[in-house]
Amino acid sequence: MIRFTDVSKRYPGGYEALRGVDFHLAPGEMAFVTGHSGAGKSSLLKLIALIERASSGQVLVGGQNLARVKPRHIPFHRRRIGIIFQEHRLLFDRTVFDNVGLPLIISGHNRSEVERRVRAALDKVGLLDRARSFPVTLSGGEQQRVGIARAVINRPQLVLADEPTGNLDPDLSREIMEIFRDFNRVGVSILVASHDLDLIRKMPHRILRLDQGRLASDIGVTV
Amino acid sequence: MRGGTYRSRPAASRENGRGASRAGPRLNDTLHNWGARHLQTFFYALGQMWRRPAAALMTAAVIGIALALPAGLHVGLKNVQHVLAGWDGATQVSLFLTANTDEASATDLRNQLEAQSGIAGVDYISRENALLEFRRLSGFGEALDALEENPLPAVLVVRPALSHNSPDQVEALLKEMRALPSVELAQLDMQWVKRLFALMEIGQRGVWVLAGLLSLAVLLVVGNTIRLSIQNRRDEIVVTKLIGGTDAFIRRPFLYTGFWYGLFGAIIAAVLVQASLAVLSGPVRDLAALYNSSFRLDALNAATAGLLLLSGTTLGLLGSWFAVGRHLRDIEPT
Repeated sequence: MIRFTDVSKRYPGGYEALRGVDFHLAPGEMAFVTGHSGAGKSSLLKLIALIERASSGQVLVGGQNLARVKPRHIPFHRRRIGIIFQEHRLLFDRTVFDNVGLPLIISGHNRSEVERRVRAALDKVGLLDRARSFPVTLSGGEQQRVGIARAVINRPQLVLADEPTGNLDPDLSREIMEIFRDFNRVGVSILVASHDLDLIRKMPHRILRLDQGRLASDIGVTV
Repeated sequence: MRGGTYRSRPAASRENGRGASRAGPRLNDTLHNWGARHLQTFFYALGQMWRRPAAALMTAAVIGIALALPAGLHVGLKNVQHVLAGWDGATQVSLFLTANTDEASATDLRNQLEAQSGIAGVDYISRENALLEFRRLSGFGEALDALEENPLPAVLVVRPALSHNSPDQVEALLKEMRALPSVELAQLDMQWVKRLFALMEIGQRGVWVLAGLLSLAVLLVVGNTIRLSIQNRRDEIVVTKLIGGTDAFIRRPFLYTGFWYGLFGAIIAAVLVQASLAVLSGPVRDLAALYNSSFRLDALNAATAGLLLLSGTTLGLLGSWFAVGRHLRDIEPT
């Protein structure tokens, strides 16, 4: 699903976020990327979502070499990936329903299809009764679940999450991780960046540890 | 990866779309939804403006005033031209007769001219009457007394018919009358009309220059408003880009917002022009009555109003197009 070959990312100013990273995430696999802040977790996810481009090396996603994706095709690349952010990035002037449905509206689905799939996605994250609420009225954990529903509404083959439990207490964090595992069970590849080692060590998934931009260790079970 | 090859091209979702709904909507749906989406965005942009009516109204009012100025001047000029069209009839030709033409032959000539189809009427001013008039109007009465005889010629004042009123026709008539044996000099009193028309021409050009400058102002006003609106919705744009919104999708509501601003501005301009005409119409009617004219100010006609709306919306769209082109590119997720 994802293949990094000797990937480096150097930002203008000389800062090296990633140095010679090699790894492969198989289709249907779930893995965590961990490391101290500044170790390169976010940069790694940004390369996959084409928010940034690699300075050297090759990034393949679903067999597609991302270096060859032209800027105007980036939106279509992103539609095939569900992205979840630490700060949720919801639109606060729209209801939960409209937030979750936005990816479908962007890709031009009709009204009834949007209605049906938004309900299904909200049901999955347990927020169906909050469809007409505005995000500000929701707790942090609920907002994150809205973010997850939005990320999976397009039925992506790959879901990326950047510190999805960063601001949540341990119970809520576990809940969120369980939602990811549910998606993984139905075949979705999942890559979660997190520094919450206590939580992720309890789960039977692969852990990639980054240290100063290098892949320091790659341990765990491959599903 | 399951479910076919992974491609990041738009066409992929359409080609694979029929069977595999995961890849995207079907082509038919896509086309149908595209129209529906446009319509929805069209009114969504209106709704966004409606949520802050004061700000929207102020912007539209600025556009309206900028458009009203050239539109009002244009209508004003049209009215002046209308008035002048009536004044054209005031063209007259003075025929100064030779000194040896006596009153009888002058009257003959007058009757002969009046019978022509191109001539509405001829007035005869005898040498004596001319002298009286000159004495009365010029203030040189005493100087005239010093002369032994009346130096003034008799004059026939010829008024061309309204149907033979164009400059060419009048010119031809003049030439014809110059050739008459008893006419010493034929003079066309049309210089002032020509000058007035030249002034009108300058006025017309002035309106166009003003319209050009104010159109530029409208472009800048709309552009600036859209720029602010883009900045206010920066987060929304970033999120939309992150979840796969194309530039066209993001651009659309801003373009429609520009369209609405232009339309409302043009409507305000039309109302302003119409109201100004209504305010002026009373005094203008009174003035016209003093000149024994039944002239009435023409209101904004359909063609001018249509042109106003068209230019308003076009300027609105153009202004937002420039703003969106310049500023949307700068907003990329990080």
